[in-house]
Amino acid sequence: MEEAQKYVWEGAIPLQIHLHESEVTTLPTPPPALILAPRIGYLPLLIPQIKPHFSNALPPGSPDTVWFDYNGLPLKWYIPTGVLFDLLCAEPERPWNLTVHFRGYPSNILVPCEGEDSVKWSFINSLKEAAYIINGNCKNVMNMSQPDQVELWRSVLNGNLEAYVRISSKLRLGTVGDEYADGGGQGQVKTGRVPVRLYVWSVSEDFDDLEDAPQIDSWDKISYINRPVEIHGEEGNYFTLQDAVKSILPEYFPNKSSTKEESSRDEDENEQTVPSEEGEKYLSENVDTCYPSDNVEIKLVRIQGIEPKMDIPFSWVVKNLTNPEHYLHICVCLKVPQVL
Amino acid sequence: MGTKEEAQGTLSSTDFGVAASAFILNWNTVCSSFPPWTWVLSHHQVEGYLSLENVLLSSTQEEHSELSFPEAGKHSHQEDPIDVDDATLVHTNPCKVHYYDLHIIYCNSYRVPVLYFRAYDSDGEPLEFDEIEKDLPAYSKKALSDSKWTFITQEEHPYLNRPWYKLHPCGTSEWMKLLFHADDALAKTGVAIELYLVAWLSVVGHVVGLRIPFEMMKQL
Repeated sequence: MEEAQKYVWEGAIPLQIHLHESEVTTLPTPPPALILAPRIGYLPLLIPQIKPHFSNALPPGSPDTVWFDYNGLPLKWYIPTGVLFDLLCAEPERPWNLTVHFRGYPSNILVPCEGEDSVKWSFINSLKEAAYIINGNCKNVMNMSQPDQVELWRSVLNGNLEAYVRISSKLRLGTVGDEYADGGGQGQVKTGRVPVRLYVWSVSEDFDDLEDAPQIDSWDKISYINRPVEIHGEEGNYFTLQDAVKSILPEYFPNKSSTKEESSRDEDENEQTVPSEEGEKYLSENVDTCYPSDNVEIKLVRIQGIEPKMDIPFSWVVKNLTNPEHYLHICVCLKVPQVL
Repeated sequence: MGTKEEAQGTLSSTDFGVAASAFILNWNTVCSSFPPWTWVLSHHQVEGYLSLENVLLSSTQEEHSELSFPEAGKHSHQEDPIDVDDATLVHTNPCKVHYYDLHIIYCNSYRVPVLYFRAYDSDGEPLEFDEIEKDLPAYSKKALSDSKWTFITQEEHPYLNRPWYKLHPCGTSEWMKLLFHADDALAKTGVAIELYLVAWLSVVGHVVGLRIPFEMMKQL
């Protein structure tokens, strides 16, 4: 068991949860609920603790799906709580002030949630996807016994790292991180695919202090990128966090690195996306016309609440900072010059 | 040609672009009387997806409904369904008519195309899932009750940031592999990438009752 992994599992965010004013039916207004939310957990899993706190203040009638907002932005329940915090609080706010709603679920913005079951299946589907990325199939996850599946989920629910390690080792989802450790720190990295979810927040104005960072008031300001990072081992050269981030953002950092999936193929690179003359009507080929990469600046990269140096080996990051569904969630703030 | 990936039933993202472009040309040539599939660019023009919107689903007396294609140009609302001008819609039997938007999006994790869809009625109101369920063919209803969380789920559209229905892709490469292996000639001639999407849609389309026009299928 790695020490860093223990820190990740023990990581928690102090939440101060307020009942939305439109749902308050008693005077005085009920005090906010104070809860320690595990980083690797999900907001709907806190509902059993929150509901009793506000039950007396709620209007009568059967409640809708419970949901949360931060400064008016409805929070996506399937993003781990720690990732939401890293992404939406550029300058960390402690306690984190969230608002809970028992009515008016914004189903045009949020995917429906049927409580713990939805969260569990979202987790298992992600785990399956991660397994496919790592092993090229998801048999180990699909063939998991029912008791193992239940125990794995319970270990995440209860933050029980030991139980988690015991069950998840059966899934054989070792990633490139292990190879790095075995290489005796020589920085040799084997070829592999790493499950990564990237949350890119682009800003056009510069700011020196995170306190001056603009508020994220709409999900349209975040690009959610679910692309595996492809690592191609190179002797003597380790693959850094910076290489990883740039390799999955070809729209901002076009084709400089040799790690792009396509470049290893025996096709003429100039014909990457355009199969025929007619095809050009539908497919654009040249990313260089969009953003000269020199003008795009990575302002901030945050993973599990820390801001790692960009030149650390990516395999270390994967090994230590991955979430239990085997995805590495990376929050990135990019400064992108306004397109004219 | 990505022979390795073909053998695994998967596609690279580049090949998806190639396949999509071939599919559009093919469809628009062979099925010119149907509304066209279009390529929608996204993520700063680097990526894109296939889109066919406003497909009519008319419930018939028969056991299951089928998606059919209104004549091209008869009505075309590309806007958000909420803003639809009522006058452009067909008013035959309003409570029975459902419209479907279909998007085919490349999934980098599974390296296969994934079908996303949403549905709305003639007033532009999005349909609840129990209404969509009634539209589905019997075999899809069965699959849905067997595996509620892993067959069709509501998830976020990767480009539009809104909840859409999604057909789970985890089994796709397996049956695409079968499809290609079933026909040795197909594998040998190496036309698989250009025809990947026709083959794929001929299977996946059935889930939502979409039949590929026969003219397209003839090429397989």
